[in-house]
Formats: sequence, structure tokens, C-alpha cells
Amino acid sequence: MLGTGLLQGLGVTAKNFVGSFHDPARLTTIEYPEVKTKLPEAYRNFPFLVTENATDPMGTLRCVACQICEKECPPQCIYIEKSKDKKPDATGKPQLFPAVFAIDTSVCMSCQICVEVCPFEAIKMDQVYEIATTDRFSALLLNREQLAKSNAYYHEIHPTEAAEVDARLAAERKAAEEKAAAAAAAKAAAAVAKASPVAKPPLTA
Amino acid sequence: MTLPGPLTFLLQLPLSSAAGAADAFLERLPLVARDWVTSWLPEPWRWLVNSLLSIAIILSVFGLLFAYVTLAERKILGRIQNRPGPNRTPIPFTKLRFFGLAQPFADGVKSLTKEDVVPRGADHLLHFLAPVVLLAFSILTFAVIPYGRHLVPVELNAGVLYFFAAGAATELAVFMAGWASRNKYSLLAAMRALAQLISYELPLLLAWVPVVLVAGTLSTTEIVAAQAGWQFNVIPHWYVFTPWGAAGFAIFMIAALAESNRSPFDLPEAESELVAGHLTEYSGFKYALFFMAEYFGMIALSGMAITLFLGGWHAPSPYLEFIPSYVWFMGKLSALLLGFIWIRATFPRLRMDQLTRFAWKFLVPLALINLGNAAFWSLSFHWSGPFQILRWLISVLVVVGPFVLLGRKLSAGVAPRVYRYAV
Repeated sequence: MLGTGLLQGLGVTAKNFVGSFHDPARLTTIEYPEVKTKLPEAYRNFPFLVTENATDPMGTLRCVACQICEKECPPQCIYIEKSKDKKPDATGKPQLFPAVFAIDTSVCMSCQICVEVCPFEAIKMDQVYEIATTDRFSALLLNREQLAKSNAYYHEIHPTEAAEVDARLAAERKAAEEKAAAAAAAKAAAAVAKASPVAKPPLTA
Repeated sequence: MTLPGPLTFLLQLPLSSAAGAADAFLERLPLVARDWVTSWLPEPWRWLVNSLLSIAIILSVFGLLFAYVTLAERKILGRIQNRPGPNRTPIPFTKLRFFGLAQPFADGVKSLTKEDVVPRGADHLLHFLAPVVLLAFSILTFAVIPYGRHLVPVELNAGVLYFFAAGAATELAVFMAGWASRNKYSLLAAMRALAQLISYELPLLLAWVPVVLVAGTLSTTEIVAAQAGWQFNVIPHWYVFTPWGAAGFAIFMIAALAESNRSPFDLPEAESELVAGHLTEYSGFKYALFFMAEYFGMIALSGMAITLFLGGWHAPSPYLEFIPSYVWFMGKLSALLLGFIWIRATFPRLRMDQLTRFAWKFLVPLALINLGNAAFWSLSFHWSGPFQILRWLISVLVVVGPFVLLGRKLSAGVAPRVYRYAV
């Protein structure tokens, strides 16, 4: 009969109206500034500099100012000045560090090439999206204090990738330590051998 | 005990509550308050100030109702579409949101501060007058609706006639808007709007004629009075509870939807299809005035439907009479407005040919048959006993039979619709 479909339609809308109050799964709206969605792990934009220790970010930058990223950056948005002196890095080895490290985010295109070329795992992609400013010049040019973020933060935004990086760094350090230990042992043995010529194996004929 | 002159009405507070529903204090409160305000005036001036007061109260009450109906509409539409609706507008300079209750005022400020663009070739006077005339005629219709037992702004002998005469004059303003814009699309849209409004004027008028026929009067207060009383103290004697009244109410509400340009009959300014129909060249507060007039029209038509079919301000049961009559009126009004919003959220827009076909081939014949039904009802008012059952049976058949037959004819070849590619 004419009108039954109309009544069915009214039923559907009434069901949605009531359902939106008692079924939270129906309301898919996220009230943005108060509530934020968890971004997917693979989401990336704008690089940041990894520091080992959050309490001393400038002292523990992984960056050694090798300037590879500066040379590789397609839009040329990275600017680095090397330090004059050396500072011990996380492993205690004296290294250069960036006296100035700046990224112009108005130029950066979030291509991740700087991350891929970095041999020191020192620059990684961030997950920021609330970076609007009222000043489109100096406020968008980020210096190294603004770029430095801790390794813990890196673990927070890209857990899988950060775990891999940490494992690789640990392995490298272990290998370096073993190599150093082996070198030290060889050196010690050589020193011992030099000190006592008696122990020198006899030359064979 | 002596009180200062104007405050003596407080003394009547506990005394009058026992003197029947008509004299209950809450029932008389608006009158008492009005008399208190005007008591300091000399006698010959009181009628004028009394009228001005009722105008001011109608404007403020229905202005606020308009503001909050728009908010309720947006919130309810949102909920029906499983989203929260507007809920962010704070009280200015604070962070208090109260579910976005300040939203209508933010909308008002926005439309007031928007630039008012008038096309160069437009007829400036008519372009300005169209929204004003439309709003004026919409507000005029509020004059004859009985809002409560003692609350009728103007008591006219031909109140119903006056209401529909003023309501029909809004069509003039619609065409003024289209013509004055000097835009061929506005003009075409105004013609289309006019075609719709005139098509639905007929079923709207034919839907209330039975009420006038049975009540025997054109006065709104007398029509409400004719619906007083209850059967077994539970079933009110409202016209909507008779077969012809139910049919008349349904036809009236459908025609009211079309008359107030509401979905599914919102072709004149179909937002998703046209720019804005006859409102294309309007912006800023003039546009807001059109919007306001549309809602005023909707509220007034709902108020008239309550007066004609839903027993006006009468309570549905004598046990509920302690609630003042104007509260009942506003409750019924809110229910009808909710129905308007619900319908808007549910039905897709009609096509122009479907719209006019529905009016001329379905509603008008049904309304004419309904007129005959009401004539039969008023002629058979003295039938009693088993004849009473026969009377109801005949009346119901006269409503349902044509509905089914005409409905079959209307939907022949188009319904039930088969969607080949949508599963």
C-alpha cells in the first residue's frame, strides 16, 4: 500500500537517532582539538634530530655534522655548520657536532631522503601536523633546539622502526667494542712479545 | 496586609487555584502579568499598550523558538546521521559550551556581518522589500492562533480565513524576490516556487474546510472550543480522532510541508541541486530574513494544525488539566516541529512533475472526498447505538478506500521500484 515504504524510512531514521545516543560505535566523529586519533605508524612528515638523552638534548645529538643530508636534500632545505671542536658521542668517541642545524619547513617536502642517506641514524621522520604559525618566515625555519627530539619519542611514534634502529646500533657498538678489545689484546700481546724476546718462536729453517 | 499597588496580584496567588481550571493562577498568569505592567497607565491607553505587549511577546517568543528550532534541527539531523551536530559554540570570551546553545546567536552575528550584495541591475526597492514583506506576512499569521485559554492576540470572526489569506500573500514576496533580482535563474526559480505554492494551496485549503463545516464557525477560538471534552475521560474530542479529521490532518500536514518549502518538497531552493533558487541574489541578513520567514511559516502552520485538528490548547485528559493550556499548546507545537525535522531527515526530494502530480491527482481528490465525508459526519451526528458504529465504519471506508485506490493509481508503473544495480 502507498505509504508503507515511507513509514519504514521513518523507522530507519528513528533507529539511527536513538542508536546514536546509546551505541558509541555509531558516532564516528572524533572531536579533534580535545581528542586526537592515533596516527598510523607509517605516517611521516618533516624530519627531526634524534638525541640519546632527553635531559641533555644538545649534548647527545646523534648527528655528527657529516652534511650528507644537506647535500642530498632535493629542495635544499637543510643548512648545517660544523663545530670547530669535538665532543664525545654516546659511545665516548670524540665526534664533530652540528653547531647550526636548520630545516626550512616551508621548503621541506617530507621526502625522507635525508633519513635514508644518514649513516648515523641521526635524522628521522616526525609525525607532526599542528605546525601552523602566524609568522611564515622565521617561525617556519626550525633550528636544532626545535628539531631535537629524544629517542624515547622516536620509539613512541615509530615503535617497530625504532626497535630495529636500536638493535642495529647496539650490534654495531658491540662489534666495535669487540674489535677494540681484540685490537687492544693484540696490542698487549705484541707489547708482551716485544718486552721478552726469549718467547719469540724460533725461526724455522 | 498592604502591598504597594502594582504588587497586589501576588495576593491572588493561593486563592484562585481552587476555582477551576479556567481561573487557575498559572492559567491567568500571562494576563495578570500584563495587567500589572499596564496598571500604571491611564485607562484609555491600556488597550494600545496591551496590544503592543502581545506583539512584543509573540515576536520574542517565536523569535527565540525560531533560533532554537534551527539549532534543534541541526542537532537532530546530526544525530540521525550519526554525528554530534553543532556543539562547540561557547559563551563569548569563555570556554563554557553548554552543548553549543549559543550557536543561533553566532549564526545571527555571522549573517549580520556578512556583506549584503545587491546586483547592479536589480530593482533595489523590491529587492529590499521582498524579505521584509515575506517576514511581515508570516508574522501576521500569528495573530489569530489561540495559544492558551486566555491567550488569543486578536479574536476575529473569520480568523481561519484571515490566517490563510495572510499566508497566501507570502507567494507575492517569493515572486518579488525572483523578479527584483534581475537574474533569469532567480525568475525561473520564483516561477517554479509559485507553481508549487499554488499547487499546494488547494489541498491546504480543502483540508481545513471540513473542520469549518463540522464546527460551523471560522473563528479559531470557537473551533478550539468545539473540540473541548473527553470520551470516557481519556479520548479527547479532537477532530484528529475522527476518520475525516485524521485524513484532513494528514493532507494538511503534507500541504504545510510544501507550503513552507520543507523537505521533501524543498524544490524552490534545493540546496544540492540549485544555487539557491529565488534566493540566489540574496546574501547576509536578507537571506537570514527569508530563512526566518520560512521557519515562522512552518511554526504558524503547525499552530494552525493544532488549532484545527489537535484540539488547540486543550489537555488530552482532564487529569492533566492542571498543566496550563499554553504549555500544552507549546508541547503540541514542539511535537509537530519535531515531526517536520524527522521528515526532513528521512525523505529524498521529489521531482517537479512528481510534486505537482501528487498534489493534483492525489491530495486534491482525497481532500474533496474528505469534504463529503465530513458533510456525512455532521449530517449523521444524531445517529446512536449500532448506527454509531455504522457511522464510523462508513466514514473510515470513505477515507481508506479512495486512499488505497488513488494510491494504486498514483504508483502504477513506478512502484515498487526495482534497483537493478544497487543491492
